[in-house]
Amino acid sequence: MDIRVIDAEPTAEEREAVDACLGAPGSSWEGAAERSAQDYHVAFGGQSMRDRRHLLLPALRALQARVGWISEGGLGYVCERLDVPPADAWGVATFYALLSTTPRAKRVLHVCDDIACKCRGADALCAALEEKFGPAHAHGPDGHEVTIADDAAVWMRSPCLGMCDHAPAALLQAAGENPVEAQIAGVTAEQALLLLEPQNTQHDKPQSTQSTQKAGNGKHTPSSSASSVSSVVPAFNGTVFTASKGEPRLLKRVGKVDPSSIDAYTKTGGYEALEKALGMTPQAVVAEVLASKLMGRGGAAFPMGRKWEAVAAQAATPHYLICNADESEPGTFKDRVLMEGDPFAVVEAMTIAAYATGCARGYVYIRGEYPLATARLQHAVDQARTHGFLGDDVLGRGLAFDIEIRQGAGAYICGEETAIFNSIEGYRGEPRNKPPFPVQAGLFGCPTVVNNVETLANVPGIILDGGAAFAKIGTENSTGTKLFCVSGAVEKRGVVEVPFGATLGEVIELAGGVRSGSTLKAVLLGGAAGVFVRPEELHIPLTFEGARAAEATLGSGVVVAFDEKVDMEEVLGRIAAFFRDESCGQCVPCRVGTVRQEEALYRVRSGKTIGGLRGELALIDEVGRAMKDASICGLGQTAYSAVESAIKRLGIYEAR
Amino acid sequence: MEDTDVVFLWGSNARNAHPIWFHHLLKGIRNGTRLYVMDPRRSESAQWADVWMGLNVGTDIALSNGMAREIIHAGLTHRAFIENATENYEAYAKSVEPFTLDVTAHITGVPAEVIREAAHTYATAGKAMICWTLGITEHHNATDNVLALINLSLLTGHVGRWGSGCNPLRGQNNVQGGGDMGAIPNKLPGFQDILDDAARTRIERMWGTKIQPKYGWNLTEMLHAMDRGELTALLCIGENPAQSDADGHHVEELLRGLDHLVVQEIFLTKTAQLADVVLPTTTSWAEADGCVTNSERRIQRVRKAVEPPEGARDELWILSELARRLGHDWGHPTAEQAWNEVREVAPAFCGGMSYERMEALGGIQWPCPDIHHPGTKFLHARLWETPRGGRAAPFSVVKHEGPVETPDDEYPLLLTTGRRLESYNTGVQSNGFDSPLHVGEALEISPEDAAHLGIADGDAVRVTSRRGSVVAPARVERSLRPGVVFMTLHFPDEVPTNLLTIDAADPRSGTAEFKACAVRVEPAGVAVETGD
Repeated sequence: MDIRVIDAEPTAEEREAVDACLGAPGSSWEGAAERSAQDYHVAFGGQSMRDRRHLLLPALRALQARVGWISEGGLGYVCERLDVPPADAWGVATFYALLSTTPRAKRVLHVCDDIACKCRGADALCAALEEKFGPAHAHGPDGHEVTIADDAAVWMRSPCLGMCDHAPAALLQAAGENPVEAQIAGVTAEQALLLLEPQNTQHDKPQSTQSTQKAGNGKHTPSSSASSVSSVVPAFNGTVFTASKGEPRLLKRVGKVDPSSIDAYTKTGGYEALEKALGMTPQAVVAEVLASKLMGRGGAAFPMGRKWEAVAAQAATPHYLICNADESEPGTFKDRVLMEGDPFAVVEAMTIAAYATGCARGYVYIRGEYPLATARLQHAVDQARTHGFLGDDVLGRGLAFDIEIRQGAGAYICGEETAIFNSIEGYRGEPRNKPPFPVQAGLFGCPTVVNNVETLANVPGIILDGGAAFAKIGTENSTGTKLFCVSGAVEKRGVVEVPFGATLGEVIELAGGVRSGSTLKAVLLGGAAGVFVRPEELHIPLTFEGARAAEATLGSGVVVAFDEKVDMEEVLGRIAAFFRDESCGQCVPCRVGTVRQEEALYRVRSGKTIGGLRGELALIDEVGRAMKDASICGLGQTAYSAVESAIKRLGIYEAR
Repeated sequence: MEDTDVVFLWGSNARNAHPIWFHHLLKGIRNGTRLYVMDPRRSESAQWADVWMGLNVGTDIALSNGMAREIIHAGLTHRAFIENATENYEAYAKSVEPFTLDVTAHITGVPAEVIREAAHTYATAGKAMICWTLGITEHHNATDNVLALINLSLLTGHVGRWGSGCNPLRGQNNVQGGGDMGAIPNKLPGFQDILDDAARTRIERMWGTKIQPKYGWNLTEMLHAMDRGELTALLCIGENPAQSDADGHHVEELLRGLDHLVVQEIFLTKTAQLADVVLPTTTSWAEADGCVTNSERRIQRVRKAVEPPEGARDELWILSELARRLGHDWGHPTAEQAWNEVREVAPAFCGGMSYERMEALGGIQWPCPDIHHPGTKFLHARLWETPRGGRAAPFSVVKHEGPVETPDDEYPLLLTTGRRLESYNTGVQSNGFDSPLHVGEALEISPEDAAHLGIADGDAVRVTSRRGSVVAPARVERSLRPGVVFMTLHFPDEVPTNLLTIDAADPRSGTAEFKACAVRVEPAGVAVETGD
C-alpha cells in the first residue's frame, strides 16, 4: 500500500537481519537496493504481499536481536517488505516490552523483580545494581543523537520471567550477528555486576538459544553447565526440582530422560499414544478426551473435549491448532519445565490434537523470555519431522501436520487466547471480542483450537489409558493430575504433581515445607490474577470446585509462599504495577482502572491517602468492581483479585 | 466495485485523484478483489495492486490489442455473447492479429508473461471491471483508447452484468451531470442527439425557440475558432481555461483577443481576471439547491444550508436574468421547477425522478423513465437478452499510435501530467488551504535521470518544451522510470505546467494530449523562481 512516510534508510546490518528472516526481496519494489529493468515496468504486490503480514513480529524480533533496537530505518524496511503502513507497524513494535524503539545498548540484563523473586532477594539485587549503574532503564535511554558504545550494557527491571524456582532470576539478551539469549538462575549481585561490565561483553562463543544440553539430575547445579554466557555466569540448563504424590504422569520424563533425544523419548513410551490414536477415528479420539473430562490448565478451566468437538465439527477450513506456551502469569513456570524437560510430549500431544480436530498446521506460541524451552522445543519439532512424526504424511498414515514455533516479545496479555491470534497475525496483541469464539473464527479467521501446554501434555496419557480411566484420577469434577508451581518461602522450589484433591498443605509439604527459619504469612494461589489465602487455610482441597468453594482459584497452578520477611504492601504494589504495565489499553475499565488501583495503593502505602484509609479502600473496591464487570478480557477482570483478597482475606490494613 | 473479482484500473491514479471512489475499491479489495493497475508510473494506486503493469506512455491500445489477441488465441472469448450482442468481431480479430505477446511486450515495455497472465485473469474472471480516467482520455487518440478497452469487455462478455463493466471514473461530483443536462456540444438533456429531428422539434415546441440542427464546438474547437476569429464572445461558467488548458501562453492570447468575455465564478481566477464582466456566484454546494449526478449515474439532491457571501448570486438566478435581459423572460424558477422541466424535456432519462423520490431513495440512478421505476443499477443489460434488446454493440478496429511528440536529442524526456491527492485541478479551490501534504509543485524525476543530470532532491530545475519553459524544484521519485518525468497543473501561478503541454487534441472528444510531451530538464542553477 502507499502509506509510507518514513524516509530513513535501513543500515546494511538491518537489511541483513530482516532479509535473513523474510528472505531476499524479489524486486526493488519490495526493498531491494538495486532497480532492475523489469522493475521499471512490473511490480507484484497486493494480496500476496499483505498475506505475509504475520511475519511482522518475527521480522521485528530479528531486528531487535541483531541491532538491539528497532530504528526508523529498520522499521521502514520491514514495512516495505511486508506492505504494512509504518504507523501500524510502530503500534506493533511499541506493544512488546522486549522490543525497543529507542536506541538501547546491545547487551541488556532483564532482572526479575516480581513477586516470587521478591521473596528471594530480588530487591537487594536491584538495589546493588541501582547503586552501581543508576536506576533501571524502563524503556531504554531517551533522546535521538545518542551514541551507545558497542560494548555497553544496561539493566532493566522485568516482570516475572517464569524462573521462580530459581529466583532471583535474570534474562540476558545480547544483540549481534550471533545474538545471545540466556536465562540466568539464582543470579547474585556480584554476577550481575560482572555481566554489566564492559570487559565482559565478549562471549566465549555464540550460544544458548540453540543449546540442547541435557537436563540436570534434579539438583540445582549451575556450575556444571557446559557452556556459559560469559566467563562469569553459567547459563541456565534446565535443572529443576520436581516431586509428586503418587506416580507422576506429566513429569515422568522430566529430569530423567534426555529431552534432546527422540530415541530416548520413544524408548520411554513416547509416540505410542500417537500410534494408537491414528488407529482410531478422529471422532473416537475426541470421544476419549470428552470421557476424560479434562479441563484446561491455563487458568480458565474449560473442558478441552468440548473445544475439540466444536472445531472438528466446523465446515470452514483450514483449522488451526495453537499450543499456548505464553506462560506469563507471575509465579508460573510449569509449562516451561514441561517444554524444557519433555518437549517431545508436547509435540506428540499436538499431533494427536491435530488429527482429532482436522488441523493441518499448529503453532506453538511461546513467550520470548524462554530461550531454552524454545530451543528444546524447536529441536524436538525438527527431530520429529526428520523421523516422520510431522510432515505431509505422518508415520505414513496420511495425516498432514506440521508445527511452527512463534515467539512472543514480552507481553502478558498475549497469553489471552484471542490476543495470541492477533499477535501471530502481526497485529498488536489485543484481545478480540467474543463471540465469535475461537472455535468458530480464530487464527486468520478460521476455526482454531487453543490449548495450554500442560493441558495438551495430558493427551497422550488419556489416549493410552482411555478417557474413562483418566477420569478416575482426581475427583468427580476435577480429573487427572495437576502441576503446581511452588516458589517463595519453601525449602525446595519447583514443580509438584498431585492428583486433584490433594490439599494446599500437601503441595507445600512436597516442596519440603516452609523454609526453615521462616514463618508462613500468606500463600498466593493462582498467580497475580489469583487470590491470597491465610496460613490457616492450607486444608483447601486443590480442585476446581474446592477452590471455588473456598472463594479461591487454582489459576495456572501458582503457589507462592510468603513469609514474615516480605512486605505485603510492597507485593501488592508490584502486582498492581504489573497489571498497569501489562494492560493492553484497549478497553477503558482496565486501562484506567489498573492505573487508579496502583495509585491508590501507593497513596495508602506512603501514608498520603485522600479521604483516609477507609476512603481509599472504598475507591479501590469500586475501581476493582468496574474492572471485573466491564473489562473485555480476563486481564482486567482479575486485576483486582489478588489485591481484594489481600485486603479482605488477609486483612493487611486491619492493623491500621 | 465492492463485489467484483478483478478490477483493471487503466490510466488512473484513483487513489489520489478519486479518493472517495477508491474507498469503495478498497472495500472490494478487502472482499478479495484482485487489482491490476496500468500506468506508466507506479502510482499510489499501483502500490495497492496485485499487479502493476508499467506500460510506456501512450501504448494503451497496443496493450489492449495484445491482450485481446492472447484471449482469442487461448480460446477464452465469450463466444455466445459475441454472437448475440456484438458486430464487427471478424474485422477486429483480424486487426489485433499482429499484436503477439512479443510485439506487445516490445511496444509497451511490459514483459510478455505478465501480459499473458493479465489477459487470462481478465478473460476467466467471473466478474471483471475496467475502470479508467484521464490516462486513457488525455491523449490525441482518446476515443480510440476508450474503444480499445470496450473491445476487451465485448470480447469477454464483461459488460452489462452486475459487477462487470466499463467504468470511466468521473473527476468531480457533478461532471456527469454536466453531460446529463446537455452541456456538451452535440447533445440535448438526457443525451438526446441534436441531429435527432424528432427529439429536437419536440423540445423546440416545449421551449418555444429554434435549436440549431448542428453540433456545436467543444472546448478545443472553440479555442481554434477564437484563433480563426470566428468566436468573439464567451460566457465561461466555473472553468479556468487560462490555466487548465494545454499550451497556456496561446490560450491566454486567445482570451485576451475576444471582443467580450464574461466569467461566472466563485473566485477571481486567472481567467476571471481577463474578463470584461465577472459575475460572482454561489457555490453549488451548501449555498444553493439543486441536484448532481455522481460517478455511478446517481442523481441526488443538494441543499442550501448557508447564506452565500454578500453579492454572490444563485446560478439559476444569473442565467434567468441573463435570459431576461437578452429578451427571454423565463421568470425565476426554483431549482425544483427547473428540474421538473428537465423531467419533461427528457422523460425517458429522468421522468420518474421527482424530488420526493430522490429524497426517499437517496438518489436514483438513471435512466428512470417513470415514477414506479427503481432506477438502473447497471447499463447495457439488454445485450444479454435473447433476442438482443436494441442494436448490436460494435467492435472497433483501433490503431496503435504513440504520442504526437516523442523524445529526441533536444527534448529527451517524456513529460506526463496528472494530479495529486491534496490539490484540485488549477488550485482555485485547494490552494487557499494549508495542509502538511501541500508542498507546492515539483518536477518528479526518476533517481536514474536525476543522477545522470546531476540533480538532487529539491534542486531547482528548468523544464523546457517546444512551447515554453518553467522552473520548479525537482523531486526524485522511485515511481518513475528513466525517461519519464511527471508534473501537475495544481500550482499554475507558481509553475504553469501547461505552458509546456502540447495542444494536440483528439478530434472526436476534443481532449488535449496532456499525458505526453517531450521536454528537456536541466539544473536551473538558481533558487526556485516563478515560471516564465
